[in-house]
Amino acid sequence: MSDPSSSDAVKSAGWLGRLTAGLRKSSAKLTGGIGDLFTKRKLDGAALEELEELLITSDLGTAMAARLTANLAKTRFGKDVTSEEIRTAFAADIETTLTPVAVPLEIDAGKKPFVILVVGVNGAGKTTTIGKMAKQFRDEGRSVTLAAGDTFRAAAVEQLKVWGQRAGVPVIARETGADAAGLAYDALNEAKGRGDDILMVDTAGRLQNKDALMDELAKVVRVMGKQDETAPHAVLLVLDATVGQNAHSQVEVFRDVSGVTGLVMTKLDGTAKGGVVIALAERFGLPVHYLGVGEGVDDLRPFTAEGFAKGLLGLS
Amino acid sequence: MFDGLSQKLGSVFDALTRRGALKEDDVRAAMREVRVALLEADVALPVVKEFIEKATEQAVGEQVIRSVTPGQMVVKIVHDCLVEMLGGEDEAASELNLNATPPVPILMVGLQGSGKTTTTAKIARHLQTKAKKRVLMASLDIYRPAAMEQLATLGQQADVITLPIVEGEKPVAIAKRAMDEGRRGGFDVVLLDTAGRTTIDQALMDEVTQVRDAVSPVETLLVADAMTGQDAVATATAFQEKVGITGIALTRVDGDARGGAALSMRAVTGVPIKVMGVGEKTDAIEAFHAERIAGRILGMGDVVSLVEKATENVDEEEAERLAKRMMQGQFDLNDLLSQLRQLQKMGDMKGLLGMLPGVGKMAKQIKDADVDPKMIKRQEAILLSMTPRERTQPAVIKASRKKRIAAGSGTSVPDVNRLLKQYQQMAGVMKKMKKKGLAGLFSGGGIPGAGLQGGLPGGGLPGGLPPGVPYRGR
Repeated sequence: MSDPSSSDAVKSAGWLGRLTAGLRKSSAKLTGGIGDLFTKRKLDGAALEELEELLITSDLGTAMAARLTANLAKTRFGKDVTSEEIRTAFAADIETTLTPVAVPLEIDAGKKPFVILVVGVNGAGKTTTIGKMAKQFRDEGRSVTLAAGDTFRAAAVEQLKVWGQRAGVPVIARETGADAAGLAYDALNEAKGRGDDILMVDTAGRLQNKDALMDELAKVVRVMGKQDETAPHAVLLVLDATVGQNAHSQVEVFRDVSGVTGLVMTKLDGTAKGGVVIALAERFGLPVHYLGVGEGVDDLRPFTAEGFAKGLLGLS
Repeated sequence: MFDGLSQKLGSVFDALTRRGALKEDDVRAAMREVRVALLEADVALPVVKEFIEKATEQAVGEQVIRSVTPGQMVVKIVHDCLVEMLGGEDEAASELNLNATPPVPILMVGLQGSGKTTTTAKIARHLQTKAKKRVLMASLDIYRPAAMEQLATLGQQADVITLPIVEGEKPVAIAKRAMDEGRRGGFDVVLLDTAGRTTIDQALMDEVTQVRDAVSPVETLLVADAMTGQDAVATATAFQEKVGITGIALTRVDGDARGGAALSMRAVTGVPIKVMGVGEKTDAIEAFHAERIAGRILGMGDVVSLVEKATENVDEEEAERLAKRMMQGQFDLNDLLSQLRQLQKMGDMKGLLGMLPGVGKMAKQIKDADVDPKMIKRQEAILLSMTPRERTQPAVIKASRKKRIAAGSGTSVPDVNRLLKQYQQMAGVMKKMKKKGLAGLFSGGGIPGAGLQGGLPGGGLPGGLPPGVPYRGR
């Protein structure tokens, strides 16, 4: 994972540092715990239980934690093991689970524009993610338009406009309180007319148990389909790394309502582990496209199975 | 948000309460289930362990075995442990502390996207309208684009004054200016909204400690998302150690997260949860009550919240009029219409159902039954498609009138029939009520005031849904 496109070499070194530092910090307890448990020790029932609990503290969930420890026990039960061995074994297992979902977002150049709808709960980081993605697409030489579909939250439109300026892309917006579906429809029309490569549509944050708001989201998807049957071509669900087991409900409901095609996990530069993504990969099999590791324009990185697994377990 | 946990514990204790006697093994088996339920609810592992230990210790013993209903005893012990863990029954501790010379500074801190700005506006509005304080809000978030505009806009919506924005000013300077303005303008409270920060960002953590030192806040509230996972412990501990917090504001409690983070953060920081955000509007904020939340966790329902919500939203005069008519057995379709409208006012159906006692474990059945809030709208449409005479004398509604009503309301004849049947059932209950009197029907409910009776009549509670709650056709 190198970053040749970044204009700022220092910053570029920074993001990798931040990702590793962030994940390492987040894994410090996990790996520290494993280290304490196993300088070299017999892998017995009690040891397995403690390992399982350590995995749970990384938000992997009880079922995934049980599975990983069971897999470990299969080959190593009763043997003397070191903490390094355990970490390597877990990382390999996690990598295997994540590899099928570590798929980059493919932009179909045949679609003009390729429509990307971004959805998620409040405060997940949708607008920031759109800003970063828009900048990357611009740097690749694609023409991008942003649609400020969060017509509910105060100053959400202004927030996206700032990102539009930073990325040097136009932002289609209406006043707060306007109909989001109508805006999406018009934005698609406009982007089509201009022959844009990509249209990114922001949406208001919504909790997945609010039926009325989810209906509104379904309508956004529906009306865009009236302009172009195949639109939106990608629907990205943005998940906050601090989220716990509620992520399951988020993925399930947003997928059913808006046809989510891929995930983005944000805020991995903090202490949160985002371990739930492993359980999500197994249960839903949805691609994970990006990781967010900071607030800067360049702090959005492709998701890699190996990088995530090793980072989580503190292996370099 | 605690519904899931209630469900889980509910099913565990269902098995337990049905037994006559309770053995140590039973308790331990139940506690294993409780442990998994708590972990799946995102309660942090160390907190879960502590809880299970305490609860098991109390549950296993003579006291339980000798008691008449051992299962109930365990439920009570688990409940009491939860209440204790959530902050006990000391509700004074969970109130915002404004005991200082005005202007009282309140500092809001938290991770990115936890809901600081919205919560700031909610608290400001609450203090201004309920506590009659003069409140000034200021945003110190110079990083996130349009964060300051967001607070200014929310201030306009909530009718709370915000400090004018000065481009390029640093957070510490903004905080000082806010306090100066607070003194000059005779404000009682100054709310300082800060930028979201990760706890390992040393520069930003230093910045917020500088702000703290500059204004000496009386309250420093950690704003945290109810959906937070195991990281709740790391985040709460870091803010506690580096900044020092006096309370927690729990946001997005209206979501479906099980909310274990609330328990974790309370347990590891020792500071009380002071407010909960329960919606997107600036008035969607509630005080935190440990007793009630613990009750919800254990599927005991949250009757107090329901009553409060009812009295806030229900038109009392109308409710009393309805109650009187019900007592006289004169309930007609006009009354049903008025009742449906009251029910709508009381808010989201699912939220309402979750509060009813005994409904927690039924939540799944309710979900399967597909109770649809839109159905109420549709029923309202059916009623509005009737003539006044039809509404006062439902008996005149025969086949051709039904057809007309269905066409007028965009529904079908079976829909109309279903509504009429519901009405007949309710009218039946009313007649009974006339005979026995209100007391007979509502005895032991502990639900005071005519408000709720008007809103939710019918003897169907808590064994089943009130007759007025419509089902979507299968």
